[in-house]
Amino acid sequence: MAETRPVAAEATIVDDQMLFTLVELCRACNATSAQLTVLVEEGVLEPIGSAPEDWRFPGPSLSRARTALRLAQDLDLGGPGIALVLDLLDEIESLRARMRRAGLT
Amino acid sequence: MEFKDYYATLGVPRNATQDDIKRAYRKLARKYHPDLNKQADAEAQFKNVGEAYKVLGDPEKRAAYDDVGQRYRSGQEFSPPPGWDGGGFEFSGRDLGAEDADLSEFFRALFGRGAAATHMHRGMPSAGADHHARISIDLEDAYRGARRTITLRVPVVDAQGQLQVQERQLEVNIPKGVRAGQHLRLAGQGAAESGVAGDLYLEIAFREHPHFRIDGRDVYVDLPLAPWEAALGATVSVPVPDGTVQLSVPPGSPSGRKLRLKGKGIPGTPAGDFYAVLLVTAPAAKDEAQKSAYAALAQSFAGFHPRTAWEK
Repeated sequence: MAETRPVAAEATIVDDQMLFTLVELCRACNATSAQLTVLVEEGVLEPIGSAPEDWRFPGPSLSRARTALRLAQDLDLGGPGIALVLDLLDEIESLRARMRRAGLT
Repeated sequence: MEFKDYYATLGVPRNATQDDIKRAYRKLARKYHPDLNKQADAEAQFKNVGEAYKVLGDPEKRAAYDDVGQRYRSGQEFSPPPGWDGGGFEFSGRDLGAEDADLSEFFRALFGRGAAATHMHRGMPSAGADHHARISIDLEDAYRGARRTITLRVPVVDAQGQLQVQERQLEVNIPKGVRAGQHLRLAGQGAAESGVAGDLYLEIAFREHPHFRIDGRDVYVDLPLAPWEAALGATVSVPVPDGTVQLSVPPGSPSGRKLRLKGKGIPGTPAGDFYAVLLVTAPAAKDEAQKSAYAALAQSFAGFHPRTAWEK
């Protein structure tokens, strides 16, 4: 294998200031618009705007969508199942955060 | 390379039905799924289980595996039979995608060529694809920003149709203020196919820190205090991720009280807060002088009842 020099790359934080269109989010998650539309219908993703072509997804939607898609694929879950699992994961995370604050972990 | 007993991985007998195999896989997949199980080895276990199911869950691959497997036990040194190319089986099932770069050497030896060839026939995505990777950084990096060289392993299908893993190095500027679970976007650093470059996303995790606990953008540290420091007040040096601060502990501070340093958490808009959680620590009395000091304390605090909550 040829020796390669590291390429310098600028990184931007994907935060609330960054908004994805449906097409951009599909590309960033390697998902179809049908898959992401199901997540919107189930309330897993909450874009700004009403019609799919106006949807703008805040940056943190990326993590959430990817987790949802992984669970859907790996555990063969449907829309309502994914939504339930993500809600429970959020709850576990907030309990873990309380434990961390209390120094219990 | 070692022979892998996929039946043992899934915990099913060799004569298990396809339904049994699916059930066993589902159960283990739920148990070890890295989104559900935060233990360090969960991801590796999940991959093992997934690899086993990729073979046993597909009747064609299972038959080919059984054919070879009759002659091997788990952990035994394995080399593919001469001329082996998936045993002449035509694999029509799922293809090997980018996420399959971490399948074992054993799996590749058995199924690599056939599966990769299938992938080629199915065609690669025509536009550049966005890629994902995960990196671990130190909390200090989020306070100061950092420059890191990362090595990415990228699966590439070579001229012979074999799936190869190539390494690519990137020097990344990690911006100040990034938090665990967030992504960084590196525009144009994804897969370059047909001249269009996709983006690369890096998911951030923090390495475990010996002193600091992190909660979103807030950072916590336990601040041990001697009883007299808590009672009389004190000014103490407290480590923060970007240095040290002098913190004044007010007189009469109880254990568990949180002292907040506003804006001293992970930087950003808004910046997080830093909390020192007071932990009053009483030393053991080891010699006569220390014992009499405690006795004098008991005398001075004759009216103090630590267990008032239990009294009616």
